[in-house]
Amino acid sequence: MTAASTTAPHAVLRVEDLVVSFGGLAALMNVNFDVTQGTIHAVIGPNGAGKTTLFNVITGYLNPTEGTVFFEEHPITGLKERQVAALGISRTFQTVELFDNMTVLENVMIGWHRHIRSSLWACGLGLPFIRRQEAELRRKAMDILDFIGLADQAEDRADSLPLGARRILEIGRALATQPRLVCLDEPAAGLNETETETAAHLIRAIRDRGVTVLLVEHDIRMIMGISDRIVVLNYGEKIAEGTPAQIQADTAVIEAYLGDSGAGVYA
Amino acid sequence: MLRFSKIPIVVLAGFLLIFPLVCTGISALHGYISLMVFAGIYCLITIGLSLLMGYAGQISLGHAAFFGIGAYVSGIATVRFGVNPWFCMAGGMLVAAMVAALIGAPSFRLKGHYLAMATLAFGLIVNIVFREESAWTGGPDGLSRIPGLRLSGFMFNSTIRFYYLVWVIVLAAFLFAINVLQSPAGRALRALHTSETAAKSMGIDIARYKIMIFVFSAVLASLAGSLYAHFMRFINPSTFNLLFSIKLLIMITLGGMQSLWGAIVGTVLVTFLSMEWLQFFQEYESIVFGGILLLALIFLPEGLTGLPNMLAGRGKK
Repeated sequence: MTAASTTAPHAVLRVEDLVVSFGGLAALMNVNFDVTQGTIHAVIGPNGAGKTTLFNVITGYLNPTEGTVFFEEHPITGLKERQVAALGISRTFQTVELFDNMTVLENVMIGWHRHIRSSLWACGLGLPFIRRQEAELRRKAMDILDFIGLADQAEDRADSLPLGARRILEIGRALATQPRLVCLDEPAAGLNETETETAAHLIRAIRDRGVTVLLVEHDIRMIMGISDRIVVLNYGEKIAEGTPAQIQADTAVIEAYLGDSGAGVYA
Repeated sequence: MLRFSKIPIVVLAGFLLIFPLVCTGISALHGYISLMVFAGIYCLITIGLSLLMGYAGQISLGHAAFFGIGAYVSGIATVRFGVNPWFCMAGGMLVAAMVAALIGAPSFRLKGHYLAMATLAFGLIVNIVFREESAWTGGPDGLSRIPGLRLSGFMFNSTIRFYYLVWVIVLAAFLFAINVLQSPAGRALRALHTSETAAKSMGIDIARYKIMIFVFSAVLASLAGSLYAHFMRFINPSTFNLLFSIKLLIMITLGGMQSLWGAIVGTVLVTFLSMEWLQFFQEYESIVFGGILLLALIFLPEGLTGLPNMLAGRGKK
């Protein structure tokens, strides 16, 4: 499977010849793919395939050894995490990194940080425009909580929520930054079936709002159900790319997951 | 939501207003007014430290030095050059801000507790300068004949007048800090304390916020130093040593680091304990003081201001 990285005009994200090696160990080897605007694009692969490494490179948490990531035609490799976020790429974390000592509402309000004014002087003096801004932020944050279904828990502390709600809240916080691309790192990890369904539903709703979703996930059933396109990594290499139907029929993928004898399991 | 209720603030202001009147009436309490002046001066420093350490999670072991910078800029400029004390106060704050930015910028670019190390070294160096540059600072003997403060004819020449001056400034700083904490800037500070990883993904400029709050706390400490110099009208280097930096940490820890109220409560309590109530134990004072601290840390991990929550939590169980 060779990667044909044709520059489609509507590619919101383009990963080009990406190589990441830690010492002698190659975590990613010449990975190429495009993410189309307004789609749900999944990256799957067995443990250690390089999925999270890929995510960390795209969101600026890791510098690649070689290769470039383009966001809306501009190279973003080498930018800091904060700068990548400022361009409109938001992310969640496999380990769920919420601001635990704050309320659910405050967690979402922080999402607007890069869009608002927050000078120490203006805040300390309690200037009128800061107060107006706070009131508006609250309203917008409540809208997001309505959208993700956590409005009733707005005033609860984030660390009092069960894991499913925490993952949902983290997605809500990412949405609050008004991204054009959200990267979700295993949004269903550790969730039960109902919670996974809620998450899947939410991810579809996000795409329907016009936000492109890139997601890494282990839950194959969820991936097959919601993804528009799938990239499969194995040992740092892209071994397949296509629609869910194409991936399910791909022998290389089945081999990577189950060995030769496992053919037909996804059918 | 982090919200500070208005009632306790009004109660505090009322208490501060009548405190000197009560103390003047009762002869045994006369000395308490000047103790409260010291407590107020220290509160200015600990309010800044509470934002820096309690909310933003950055440790400084050198705030005695910023306190000293304020005191010595005021002392030297008024005694040696006859500059107006209010200008000296502003000048000290400016110097402290620049020095803090210089120390903070490199320390905050590194991961880990480099600020603690940098400020520890900085505090020691500044103290040596105070002691050795005797042509300017008066050396170990200190600097005397520092003028008092006056505001267009009104002299702050009594303890009570100084008391009101200091506490008006403390209350202003306290309200400023409360506003900061209830605003986007405060959320950013609390966010980077909880998870720098997540704060970055929100587009928060972590280094900028850390420097900003460090500079702010240094400016408050310098202001406190200037007030101290004009109140005591004499300063010497031993006031601004490492031990004092540690004492500031004790104040906010005892009061409750994750709370701005803790800074006030802890500071007033430690000031009264160390300058008055524990004097009874004479040479055993340090031991008793140490014992109180130890017990507080074991039984009140969230400080005195965490006590109501702790009791409420226990009641529920």
